[in-house]
Amino acid sequence: MADRTPAPDTPELRERWGNFAFNEAYEAKAQKALARYPQGRQKSAVMPLLDLAQRQVGEETDTQGWLPLPVIEYVANYLDMPVIRVLEVATFYFMYNMKPVGKYHVQVCGTTPCMLRGSDDIIATCKKRGMKMGHVSDDGLWTLTEVECMGNCATAPMVQINDDNYEDLTPERLDAVLDALAKGEQPKTGTQEPGRHTSEPSGGPTTLKEMVTENHDYRGEW
Amino acid sequence: MSLSDKDRIFTNLYGFQSAGLKAAQARGDWDDTKALLAKGQDAIIEDVKASGLRGRGGAGFPTGMKWSFMPKESKDGRPSFLVINADESEPGSCKDREIMRHDPHKLIEGALVAGFAMRARAAYIYIRGEYIREAEALQAAIDEAYDAGLIGKNACGSGYDYDVFLHRGAGAYICGEETALIESLEGKKGQPRLKPPFPAGAGLYGCPTTVNNVESIAVVPTILRRGPAWFDGFGREKNSGTKLFQISGHVEKPCVVEEEMSIPFRELIERHCGGIRGGWDNLLAVIPGGSSVPLVPAEQIMDTPMDFDGLKELGSGLGTAAVIVMDKSTDIVRAISRISYFYKHESCGQCTPCREGTGWMWRVMKRLETGDADIDEIDMLHTVTKQVEGHTICALGDAAAWPIQGLIRHFRPELERRIAERANTLQEAAE
Repeated sequence: MADRTPAPDTPELRERWGNFAFNEAYEAKAQKALARYPQGRQKSAVMPLLDLAQRQVGEETDTQGWLPLPVIEYVANYLDMPVIRVLEVATFYFMYNMKPVGKYHVQVCGTTPCMLRGSDDIIATCKKRGMKMGHVSDDGLWTLTEVECMGNCATAPMVQINDDNYEDLTPERLDAVLDALAKGEQPKTGTQEPGRHTSEPSGGPTTLKEMVTENHDYRGEW
Repeated sequence: MSLSDKDRIFTNLYGFQSAGLKAAQARGDWDDTKALLAKGQDAIIEDVKASGLRGRGGAGFPTGMKWSFMPKESKDGRPSFLVINADESEPGSCKDREIMRHDPHKLIEGALVAGFAMRARAAYIYIRGEYIREAEALQAAIDEAYDAGLIGKNACGSGYDYDVFLHRGAGAYICGEETALIESLEGKKGQPRLKPPFPAGAGLYGCPTTVNNVESIAVVPTILRRGPAWFDGFGREKNSGTKLFQISGHVEKPCVVEEEMSIPFRELIERHCGGIRGGWDNLLAVIPGGSSVPLVPAEQIMDTPMDFDGLKELGSGLGTAAVIVMDKSTDIVRAISRISYFYKHESCGQCTPCREGTGWMWRVMKRLETGDADIDEIDMLHTVTKQVEGHTICALGDAAAWPIQGLIRHFRPELERRIAERANTLQEAAE
């Protein structure tokens, strides 16, 4: 288990977030999420709603977003749930940020498959640029976190930065991605290995070669 | 012996072509699904049983048999649910991701066919929160299927009403455990439930529920189209079918690839991964089924058939077929210690042996990395793993114990060497 304490409940926090409410766009998304669950089971939507709330906080603060206590209370109120039930969900799942984060949340996978492919160097590259684990950098751009297996093991090592993955990294390739983000550009997502498409063997697939150039229908050969 | 492309189920595995409905239909998905459903519920379950399909999520339980546990009629008005486990989080596993972002219609069609067979009212697909783009791709495919009348009211013109919903997790490995997943879907912390009752009796919202892995569901339409004998024709007896292997670590070319079950390890690596980095003499050990199964030393695994029984004989397991390869440059103690950290991080905190044990085991493993331990502590660690194993509600405790047991079983001399080396250094420093 990991430390998942919420940010302190201060008057400043209340002042800033006490009036939080979903804006029109997020309200529509929240209603859509609610509709996925049967009548009377609305609290199933607590996870999507916390995600939406975090994203709206992110837009308002130009960061990835996080969950201040008044926002958690808003979600509880929205679903007619006791606050503690929502708070325990928010603190249980790692993707809910309990403290403010930077504009870019650099989440480096450090689990064994990535470790074997050099995630130590990836973390070192981040640190060399001044990032510190769990801290927002002075310019507000970066928060560094070491995360557990992200399911990109065949294209390791990787980082997830906000909503996108960058895979097959080397220190140089990661630097290029981070430089682009710092300049406000959107780097190519997915594998950074030249010539590689996704998780096929690098250098070209050993199977299903017809699929590279055309949407082949193999049924004729059944 | 080699699986040919025409017998591969996931033809768009690498996403060279569109994942959209039109392209999927051109590849054969959603081809007269109505006729598949017209076979009838029991006939579908019989076909899946006859195909020999075993669950692809790790445990390898026969899929058709699991479906047959579902009630044939609701005596009290409770609906049944199919829940699809897309919470792929086992270190080394990265196959469901490829299905969901590149071949999502196979999964959605499978959800309809499987849900119909077990008389479910709807499917919930629980996708791990970190699969953000994958969830977008899958949701787009679900929307397309609704718009085309393939799911929803009168799905595929079959007269059967069936919904498919996507639910995103938020970063908790434990939600891959089926009852934790159900708790999470209900809007709670993902902490596993005691069994019984089993989900087939009382699962999601207290209703009969079957939880299946993405790959198990996505292969079903093809099995029905080509017949159970076709699927059963691959692999050794009781290890039927084709399988997505995910090879990571120290091979020349890590990849995800669909191969015949029971393919020998050496052949799998030579054919698709360009060999072991530095050659076969440089192979140290392999974790053949995701982080929770014990490692297997090089000489034992080289010619082993990669299937449930072949790896069980080596005291390990096929798991999700996430093959983590380690060459001789690997700090094997650190590799396993990192896995111990993973389980400490992901323990849900419900059962004391796991909550306390995972942290305790990781701290000892950390010291063993540098040899900062007493020689007796190796046995003590082994004893503690035995005290965690089997004493928790779910299998996370076992999963945390097994990698360490595997390390002690196969690499005890290495652990002892590090302890002796450190003792010597301290001795020299003192003199």
